[in-house]
Amino acid sequence: MIAVIGLLLGVGLGLFLKPDVPIGLEPYLPIAVVAALDAVFGAARAFLDGIFDDRVFVVSFVSNVFIAALIVFLGDKLGVGAQLSTGVIVVLGIRIFSNVAAIRRHLFHA
Amino acid sequence: MSEDVARGRLLRAMVHPGRGQVVVAVLLAVLGAAAVTQVRIAGSDDDYAGLRQADLIQALNGLQAASRRTEQDIADLEATRDSLKDSNDKTAAALNQAQTQLTTMGILAGTLAAHGPGLRITVTVPDSHLSVNLLLDGIEEMRDAGAEAIEFNDSVRVVAQTSFEAATGGIDVDGRVLKSPFTIDVIGDPDSLTTAMKFPGGFVDDVALDEGHVSIKQSQDVEVNVLRKVVPPKYAEPGQPD
Repeated sequence: MIAVIGLLLGVGLGLFLKPDVPIGLEPYLPIAVVAALDAVFGAARAFLDGIFDDRVFVVSFVSNVFIAALIVFLGDKLGVGAQLSTGVIVVLGIRIFSNVAAIRRHLFHA
Repeated sequence: MSEDVARGRLLRAMVHPGRGQVVVAVLLAVLGAAAVTQVRIAGSDDDYAGLRQADLIQALNGLQAASRRTEQDIADLEATRDSLKDSNDKTAAALNQAQTQLTTMGILAGTLAAHGPGLRITVTVPDSHLSVNLLLDGIEEMRDAGAEAIEFNDSVRVVAQTSFEAATGGIDVDGRVLKSPFTIDVIGDPDSLTTAMKFPGGFVDDVALDEGHVSIKQSQDVEVNVLRKVVPPKYAEPGQPD
């Protein structure tokens, strides 16, 4: 319940405050959001499996975001930023799909 | 069975939130704010704001190529336009020249009515007895003085082919017998024509010798309205131009 309220609160904050993203961080934001989504779906699956641990969630959330941003940063430095961020998005997308499939099996048995 | 277990867990978490949920809530709030911000940035009208340098260079190259192609198109179209305009101008000039020539020829050949400054000469002779030679001399004098269109008695146009012949009771001009008084409408410079008629021993004096009388009236708008039919030449053929 508190988690849902937190999510809504974040969306509301983002909508009302309209935070400015520094121009240097702009390319990393979409990757970071997708990485965080992956962490959240992973956590939801773990919760339904009964093995959820908030410490693990925090670490996976932060490290996911950090590593995704790092890969993109490295890619930018190597001159393959566009390709690498596409790759990261694809990998994270696949993970999100598999996690959602597990959640679906838990909730609907289908 | 695991379905019920999972749903029970979810329900319990909703109803009895634990300590761990606060941390989850904080992270989810961050995620929500970031996602909303990203959506706002992606949806903003500046398409190039979030692009990398390489992407920007590629976009710039694409735009430059498009610009070059468009400039090429502009140059081609301008060349086409210029050539069309040129040929149009040439056609208009040729048409204009042909029109001018048609007018000139029409007035010379008597197929066009004409009006302009000139003289109205009235020759009165007793019994319509006027020498053809005298009349021809008079017409030659008028032509010498620059007469451009000549008309007799408002009924015969005098052109290159016009013939004069003595006839009983008058003068046969192009097959039409004219009687005194002869009215001659001439278009040309009125002063020159008057001088050509009146010089000593000229037309006026000659007619006076034949006991006739000539009255000359200058006018700024003499009308020559009689038209001639053009007969295509039957024997004469155009020669090779020089």
